[in-house]
Amino acid sequence: MNSTVLTLAEIFARLSLLAFGGGNAVLPEMQRQVVEVHRWMTAHEFAELYALAQAAPGPNMLVSTLIGWRVAGLAGALAATLGLTLPSCALTMAVASAWHRFRNAPWRRAVQAGLMPVTVGLIAAGALLLCQTTTTGWRTAALTAVATALFVGTKLHPLLVLAAAAALGAAGLLGG
Amino acid sequence: MPNSGLADAAAATPGLTELFTGFLTVGLLGFGGVLPWARRMIVEQRRWMSAAEFTDLLALCQFLPGPNIINVSAALGLRFQGLAGAAACFVGLMAAPMAVVIAAGAVFARYAEVPWVRHGFAGLAAAASALVLATALKIAAPLRGRIDGILVALATLAAVAWLRLPLLPVLLVIGPAGIGITWALRIGQPRAASGR
Repeated sequence: MNSTVLTLAEIFARLSLLAFGGGNAVLPEMQRQVVEVHRWMTAHEFAELYALAQAAPGPNMLVSTLIGWRVAGLAGALAATLGLTLPSCALTMAVASAWHRFRNAPWRRAVQAGLMPVTVGLIAAGALLLCQTTTTGWRTAALTAVATALFVGTKLHPLLVLAAAAALGAAGLLGG
Repeated sequence: MPNSGLADAAAATPGLTELFTGFLTVGLLGFGGVLPWARRMIVEQRRWMSAAEFTDLLALCQFLPGPNIINVSAALGLRFQGLAGAAACFVGLMAAPMAVVIAAGAVFARYAEVPWVRHGFAGLAAAASALVLATALKIAAPLRGRIDGILVALATLAAVAWLRLPLLPVLLVIGPAGIGITWALRIGQPRAASGR
């Protein structure tokens, strides 16, 4: 096993235990590690892999699979995916039965309510970082704005919106 | 494990094969978010858990770090079939989507330079950004009117997106601050007139 694979496993394992509020909360840190610290790809390529993972079925954290695969092949894909998932799974399994007992404890509510705005900030940061690379002009900016409104305001299936956006682009309507 | 005592709990304990196939279906159907599909399969179709049990398990998985749905699958598998059950759920949920996404990545890498593929991908990526933006807006909705929560969210946003600080120190500072503020303003005051 080479050192890149081990590094991938280590980075994603750390992300796993920092992902308060779900996988998207560590998107900014994932991008920082992959793009800025290790320089495995550009921010643009990162955004592309994220988009590809969104368009595929399954949990949205499949972006880890794609990053690992791009960096170190199949071993990298497994290292990144298992790194991102196993530590938090182990923790969840370890505390699952204790959790029920503290259902109404005030500290549990304080922790949940207190971390919620942090999660909001983290996911908003991830969104901004992605937008920075995927907004290439006023047309893609408008597309992002309209798609956001559709995701928030309607019950349209997300995949329909993603497919329509891809079709608009493929038809050459979003500019070069 | 203490039984939750809910009367409408699972009719029968699912075996390893059922756990695997249940989550396999969810993984393959779950375009643009797996959670609604998982809930439908677990609560409505296969009746492994009551709605209340599922909500409580989900709350745990949202409270702990990590991808929520993956934590749900592992905890559910563990409850019914121990570690082997957790593994069956996990592999069922992840294996097929991983294969699909790697295949899609390989195809994309091969045709990335074809102009209409590249342009189509620019559109897809813009919409994928919108999906994260929409998630942020949706989960921010309960912050309306909560000045302290909005400030904590903005501080996190600035530290991570603007200053590009590493996540661990940011969480070590802002996490306890957010919890402390919430405790001081909302929960640690039993006499405060709250909706509860």
